[in-house]
Amino acid sequence: MHPLRKQRLIMVSLVVVLSSAAIGLVAFALRDNINLFYPPADVIAGKAPTDRSIRLGGMVVENSIVRSDTDLNTIFWVTDYEASVAVQYSGILPDLFAEGEGVVAEGTLDESGMLIATQVLAKHDENYMPPEVAAALEGKTAPAGASMLP
Amino acid sequence: MWTIIHKMGSPPWFFRISGVLVRWLLPITVMLLVCGALWGLLVAPPDFRQGNSYRIIYIHVPSAVVALAGYYVMAFAGAVSLIWRIKMADVTMRAAAPVGAVLTAIALVTGAIWGKPTWGTWWVWDARITSMLILLFLYLGVVALFEAYENKTAAARACAVLSLVGTVNIPIIYKSVDWWYSLHQPASIKFTGESAIDASMLYPLLLMIVAFYCLFAVAVLLNMRAELTWQHREAGWLRQIVSGA
Repeated sequence: MHPLRKQRLIMVSLVVVLSSAAIGLVAFALRDNINLFYPPADVIAGKAPTDRSIRLGGMVVENSIVRSDTDLNTIFWVTDYEASVAVQYSGILPDLFAEGEGVVAEGTLDESGMLIATQVLAKHDENYMPPEVAAALEGKTAPAGASMLP
Repeated sequence: MWTIIHKMGSPPWFFRISGVLVRWLLPITVMLLVCGALWGLLVAPPDFRQGNSYRIIYIHVPSAVVALAGYYVMAFAGAVSLIWRIKMADVTMRAAAPVGAVLTAIALVTGAIWGKPTWGTWWVWDARITSMLILLFLYLGVVALFEAYENKTAAARACAVLSLVGTVNIPIIYKSVDWWYSLHQPASIKFTGESAIDASMLYPLLLMIVAFYCLFAVAVLLNMRAELTWQHREAGWLRQIVSGA
């Protein structure tokens, strides 16, 4: 290769490597801010601030959803299988919100360690399958009209 | 090998070859898009939790995949332009930028449309979505930077440096869902091991990804031909090709 072109090739490689290293270091330093939510274990360990709004993410604990009979209040527990945090939310929950499914709740922690949520988002996982396959995995037959879901 | 590279740098040769290529690739692309869309929208089964709303995946994932791959095409052309000073590489880099920007915008918009019924929000500042937005700005930045210069050789050099620096964003987008806690789910299509998406839904998705790659190629080639036509509007060889065809 022509020496001049070789020199340019080295310069181009340096630009890519050095800018990658710089941005990699910035991302590493800001990793706590890049994370969208705190897992329950971090909240229990006191790593999440209690004086401002935070996001909590994890799975909704099975049989933990308690809905109020008179208003939209709902209380449920969120777990990362290490620790669990209770969440209280008053509002309409997303369609995909369910026990055993992922959720991200935003709000502030009260004195008892319960998250008073202002927004609850469903976190969808990467699994996609037809209703029949899902039913077969569960060991049940497909519910009638499952394929007619909106 | 070297003769092909030298030929690729020659506008008349490229103009002739790309004309033939587009004539074949365009109908193939349309066919793949129609087949993939019909298969994905009508034949593939609904999802067990999302019902039919998951079908936006057949636009969202292909456009996002090709937007990332297209960035490497642009950045590689930029590197070739910086090192070998080949005019054709500048043309390729310039042609890829607006196509990539459109694909990135499609991925962001379809993602938002899917996010509202699925997550409960149009937008969230998580690592995947934010880094994808940065990709859109990088593409638009290359387009804008090129227009900002009077001297087009200097413009190409500046754009090449910008697109090379931006390559760092591509692995960040790709791995963001694994490195950080995000609302966006991890990849369903896995290169190693079994995919997390059922085969009956996966095949039309793969077909659509191939279709979008072809679409990207056609759009970039047409863009390059338009640019070359403008640059060589006075040239004899171009008159010859245009009047001969």
